[in-house]
Amino acid sequence: MNIVINGTVCYASPGETVLSAAKNNDIYIPSLCYHNKTGPLGRCRVCMVYVEGMNGLQSSCNLPVREGMIITTDTNEVKAHQRLVVDLLLSSGKHDCLSCEQNGNCELQDVAYYLEIERPSFNLSPPSIDIDETSEMVFVDRSKCIQCGRCIEGCNNTVVNEVITFAQRGFETKIEFDNNIEMGKSTCVQCGECVQLCPVGALIDKNAISKGRPWELEKVTTICPYCGVGCQLELHINRKINKIIRITGVEKAPANNGMLCIKGRYGFDFVGNKDRLTTPLIRNSEGKFENSTWDEAITFVAKKFKNIITEHGNEAIAGLASAKVTNEDNYAFQKLIRREIGNNNVDHCARLCHSSTVAGLAASFGSGAMTNDIKDINKAGVILVTGSDTTAAHPVISARIKKAVRDGKSKVIVIDPKEIALADYAEIYAAQRPGSDVAVINCLMQLIIKNGWEDKDYIQSRTENFEDLKKEVMKDKYSPENVETLSGVPAAKLHKIAELFAKAKTGSVFYSMGITQHTTGTDNVKSIANLQMLCGNLGKPGGGVNPLRGQSNVQGACDMGCLPNVYPAYQKVTDPKSKSKFENFWSKSLSDKIGLTITEITDSIIKGTIKGLYIMGENPFISDPDQYHTIESLEKTEFLVVQDIFMTETAELADVVLPASTYAEKTGHFTNTERRVQRLNPALKAPGQAKDDWEIIQLIANKMGSDWNYQTIRDITTEINAVAPSYAGITWDRVGKEGLQWPCPTVDHPGTPYLHKDQFTRGLGLFHAIEFKEPAELPNDEYPLIMTTGRVLEQFHTGTMSRKSQGLNNIAKPMVMISVVDAEKMSISNSEKVKVITRRGEIETNAFVTKRIQQGVIYIPFHYAEAPANRLTINAVDPTAKIPEYKVCAAKISKIIS
Amino acid sequence: MKYFRSHILIETDEASVQQGAREVMNALKQELAKHNLDQEVNVLETGSLGFFERGVCIAVYPDDVIYGNVKVEDVSSLVSEHFLKGRPLTHLVIERSEKKNIPLGYDKRIVLENSGNIDPEEINDYLGVGGYLAWEKALLEMKPEDIVQTVKDSGLRGRGGAGFPAGIKWSFTSPIKGVQKYVVINADEGEPGTFKDRLIMEGDPHKLLEGTMIASLAVGATKAYIYIRGEYKLCINRLQRAIDQAYEYGLLGKNILESGFDLDIEIETGAGAYICGEETALIESMEGNRGIPRTKPPYPGVKGFMQNPTVVNNVETIANVPAIINKGADWYRNIGTAESPGTKVYTILGDVAVPGLCEVPMGTTLRTIINTYGGGMKKGSRFKSALVGGAAGIFLGDNMLDVKMDFHNLAEYKAVLGSGAILVINDSVNIVDMLESVIKFFRHESCGKCVPCRNGNEQLYKSVRKIKAGYAGEDELDKMLLIADTMQKTSFCALGQSLLLPVKSALDMFKDDFLSYINKKKAINK
Ligand SMILES: Cc1cc2nc3c(=O)[nH]c(=O)nc-3n(C[C@H](O)[C@H](O)[C@H](O)COP(=O)(O)O)c2cc1C
Ligand code: SF4
Ligand code: SF4
Ligand code: SF4
Ligand code: SF4
Ligand code: FES
Repeated sequence: MNIVINGTVCYASPGETVLSAAKNNDIYIPSLCYHNKTGPLGRCRVCMVYVEGMNGLQSSCNLPVREGMIITTDTNEVKAHQRLVVDLLLSSGKHDCLSCEQNGNCELQDVAYYLEIERPSFNLSPPSIDIDETSEMVFVDRSKCIQCGRCIEGCNNTVVNEVITFAQRGFETKIEFDNNIEMGKSTCVQCGECVQLCPVGALIDKNAISKGRPWELEKVTTICPYCGVGCQLELHINRKINKIIRITGVEKAPANNGMLCIKGRYGFDFVGNKDRLTTPLIRNSEGKFENSTWDEAITFVAKKFKNIITEHGNEAIAGLASAKVTNEDNYAFQKLIRREIGNNNVDHCARLCHSSTVAGLAASFGSGAMTNDIKDINKAGVILVTGSDTTAAHPVISARIKKAVRDGKSKVIVIDPKEIALADYAEIYAAQRPGSDVAVINCLMQLIIKNGWEDKDYIQSRTENFEDLKKEVMKDKYSPENVETLSGVPAAKLHKIAELFAKAKTGSVFYSMGITQHTTGTDNVKSIANLQMLCGNLGKPGGGVNPLRGQSNVQGACDMGCLPNVYPAYQKVTDPKSKSKFENFWSKSLSDKIGLTITEITDSIIKGTIKGLYIMGENPFISDPDQYHTIESLEKTEFLVVQDIFMTETAELADVVLPASTYAEKTGHFTNTERRVQRLNPALKAPGQAKDDWEIIQLIANKMGSDWNYQTIRDITTEINAVAPSYAGITWDRVGKEGLQWPCPTVDHPGTPYLHKDQFTRGLGLFHAIEFKEPAELPNDEYPLIMTTGRVLEQFHTGTMSRKSQGLNNIAKPMVMISVVDAEKMSISNSEKVKVITRRGEIETNAFVTKRIQQGVIYIPFHYAEAPANRLTINAVDPTAKIPEYKVCAAKISKIIS
Repeated sequence: MKYFRSHILIETDEASVQQGAREVMNALKQELAKHNLDQEVNVLETGSLGFFERGVCIAVYPDDVIYGNVKVEDVSSLVSEHFLKGRPLTHLVIERSEKKNIPLGYDKRIVLENSGNIDPEEINDYLGVGGYLAWEKALLEMKPEDIVQTVKDSGLRGRGGAGFPAGIKWSFTSPIKGVQKYVVINADEGEPGTFKDRLIMEGDPHKLLEGTMIASLAVGATKAYIYIRGEYKLCINRLQRAIDQAYEYGLLGKNILESGFDLDIEIETGAGAYICGEETALIESMEGNRGIPRTKPPYPGVKGFMQNPTVVNNVETIANVPAIINKGADWYRNIGTAESPGTKVYTILGDVAVPGLCEVPMGTTLRTIINTYGGGMKKGSRFKSALVGGAAGIFLGDNMLDVKMDFHNLAEYKAVLGSGAILVINDSVNIVDMLESVIKFFRHESCGKCVPCRNGNEQLYKSVRKIKAGYAGEDELDKMLLIADTMQKTSFCALGQSLLLPVKSALDMFKDDFLSYINKKKAINK
């Protein structure tokens, strides 16, 4: 439609506001409280315009356009009112721009400039200092606050952390955290959304203070290196000192829409840390590391690898790829192992997190990835979250789930041994005993079938083997009463859950390691697949089976074939057609023998069949189960090459250490949990001689006598397009700002937001009859507790990155969560130092006594080298996926008598 | 039914109770019993009799005598003089001349017709004077469209301040189908010096209920709320009792009088901030949030309580409805003016002889109200100005004493009737002092949502203080006007917008008052 602004005819789209129409037509209307994410708040009254036929002035931020509307924004009269409003605002508080961090980036400055306000005309309040610097990451200066309300809207309605509100009234109005306590003591999780939304200098990233003016900083868009949500970041960098100063979230990015969590926003110290590896290192004859040149190091590695192959055959070397490096890096890595070494012994930490997902979903549906996408989370009527502490491990997805609840779009059911933060938003929360998942899900299915709530048409037309499933789940041992005994979830609650979930128009399941890291991991996953097929929840927006991937590029590392049984895009090494395809493409004959998994590699080293190990960006020392066993194996490795950004605990044991670049220094792609391929962009120069992973790999390959000729990383992307059908259309030039979700088979395919639309990858969905089995190690008199492990919000994985941030460390320290009942029984008080002991070892850590964990269960985050949870965990594995049972073992706690 | 020789109506509104009305009532009952008069003289509670600053008042019928300042000590002589000896206790009688036609000729009162005449705690009393006939008629004989049309035809305008035609408001909500709709009665009455809604509710709670029922039927709401400020304890109790009685008599609940219509009425109590009287802030507060106005549109009639269509009306507006249904739109139109039919309840405070309440036809002049119903100016004082319409009102000078006050005529001065508060000011008062308290009130009541009101009030207050302290020049007056003007044009809600009227009228009419402060200090400084 057409409207007239200041005498010019402008195009506006129906439903749009006058403010946005003006903006789209390059007409500036000053405004302060409006932000496109928080919507019109109507508080600042700066955006006032005159509209013909309407009384007085109108606020343009919430005024919808009408055909033929005649609007004036710039007459003396309109501007005089705008000016007086801004003048009144500037006359209160303490707006001394000279020392303000936001100077140059401040929206109040912008409007004052436009309205030609030189200095405030009034003096409303004596300049008073009202600073709160108690938060680790955020600096609050209330004397600069203009009460626009954006932070409040953001904290409550986008990230849904519900910390900030307005307190008091009138001229005394101010922002407040929880019930008027200091920010650092409040329930704030320091996601920084409020900082990003603040138009002035009232909320500031504390660590960026005095590190550079906005105009001195350059912005580079890239992808978060931490979890699998794949948030897009904007790095604000100072080229002169080659440093990241602060990070903001990219507004409108598909996964995060500007939101970030504390790690993504504030956990970047590691990039510029002085301990970064800067030169290749070779262990000398005295066992000490010595600096070397790239040429020396590469020559040494190539020679060693070749020697091992000559002496022990080409199956004596294995490689561990990385969920933290790009698709291109991983592609090159598996190509090196498969083509130059000549075996399939390539695996990576996905083994330890979601191999059971890949195995289970491949069996049920034919492909093993998160079926649905992030932005449609709120299209589910009911969201079942199980075995995932979403708020800690995938904070931005948790925000979206909370928002769906807050907006009344979805209801949430949480089934988790720990009363996770999402339980506060749940319609129903149930605590199951760790390891009883199959029993619980079978019971739900029994109840659904008994009541006739299953989706009969769907079962009929889209699935097979239903009768087998039915025979199993209808068994008496899965009756709610029996499952109550088994799992601890009351029968009545099981009824309620079954009814709520089955009756939802669309139900989705979100899960993570609480489901996968069991000896029955594959069974657990298949059971979830069963439940979702039973309810007809696959192949539609908002539904699905949604495993949340833990690391920034764990999806991509799997997609790139860094698994012992598949080439890129899950083409089986045992399938002669796939094998010959790759043999032709790589012009080399390849092995058709399935390679070794991580856990098998560890064992084979101890057995002596594996002699050489090449580890890229992984730290099995901390991440793998049964630490003593892992260390023994690493120490026994004849030739260990570790390529990383820091001297990790694992690198300490290596023969050669190769310095690599971080996410901030390189380009390439990550594939996030929803299968979205997104671009990294280099912002900084890598320190010293550190190189990109793919470059290092190419150097080794060629030194071994091969013929690799990648000029730039783009060449690898192009090769991936050629060999991986689901990536065929995801070319370098197409990825763009939004990224693309695989499968994307051709260059004109738009990508796939949700899988299995009209049929499953394997044709019909396959039901599996799954029998409940107990975990490998159950508590007994000597070890009476069930120990389970996981993450906390502020730390990540083995801490290689997150633990380099002092701020993060200050917030999240090692601990063991223990129930109030158990703590009382053992007279353990909060923060008391205790010993946790299992059959494999013991650690010392601090007790965190909480109601959020059930009696009989303890929970230990696994990030800490000084209190390594994985010294305690068991290396019993799932028979199919070989994933270790991190989530259940028997333990005891003892007090430390001093 | 028992026959009583006399009825004593004792006012038990909040103010009277505070001054000992209950004690007086108990003493009366005991004293009557002592003289075996308790079977002959009936003691009833009622709402305010319309007097202020007169202590506990009682009315005796059919003798039609009103006593004021009654204390427990007076009771025994009162009983022996009036009921045994049959002659009024003269020193307590409120002079007829002092208060003719209290509060107004009985034939013309609409919303206060029963107040002071019936026992507000007794539904039978209300039924006895024709109560709930309109409800029966609406329910059994009229279609919702007819009710809306009748109210439209009557020309009834909102008495909560803005004067929006009630029938038109209803006609937006009535046709919306398929969603839960609500009626909310705005009984927040936060305007300083305004008690009209309180006295309607205390004196005749059933009338408000009956109006609410009819409004609900007209717009298709099956749930109505009465939002009362928490301090109005007696209103809350009386209304709750009335609601309980209405349920008991089958006038509320499911399938009322076999009509198929269901209606529940509930009381909500407010936290008391002035802004909570603004309809969208009121709805926010009902939803459990901070009472802060919402963006309009959408108007509550389309998206109100819980995002559902909600008609919000003032107590007085709704109390007019039963009479309109009973007697028809034409009857109503004959009262008041063509632009603003009906009556208006005013609270007259300040320097008049008898501060109090009156219900007069729309179009009554300020002069009449002051002289007739306020008993003229206080002895020895002369009229200077009246602040009409509450804090957000207009300062009228003596040249406007004969303006016929209704929505239309006041609009000529960009003024509104507002809550119907009239504050009479004598000529010894400096208007700047009055304006200061007005600004102080708004500064205190600004919710803080928007900049012009939040900071503008603060600056206006600073300016007026500066003027009073003698530190300001004449330019301060221009500054005030500019700020008030911008506030009027840019504030989010009517609260911030309404400063312009008092500021501008004070400056226009009483500039000398400002100058006297400015110049006096100058003179002293010289
Ligand atoms: C600051 C402010 C305070 C108000 N307070 C009241 C009040 O106490 N009672 C009331 O009925 N209306 C009050 N109103 C008006 C209401 O917003 C609304 O217009 C009214 O309840 C509608 O009823 P009516 O159409 O019957 O007048 C107030 C408005 C504003 C802006
Ligand atoms: S940092 Fe995040 S959680 Fe904390 S107050 Fe700001 S928006 Fe809320
Ligand atoms: S802190 Fe910033 S975002 Fe929050 S209200 Fe103040 S100015 Fe607005
Ligand atoms: S860690 Fe995950 S949720 Fe947090 S910013 Fe990074 S990608 Fe987003
Ligand atoms: S005008 Fe005043 S009361 Fe109304 S929204 Fe603005 S600050 Fe609040
Ligand atoms: S931008 Fe419109 S009121 Fe603030």
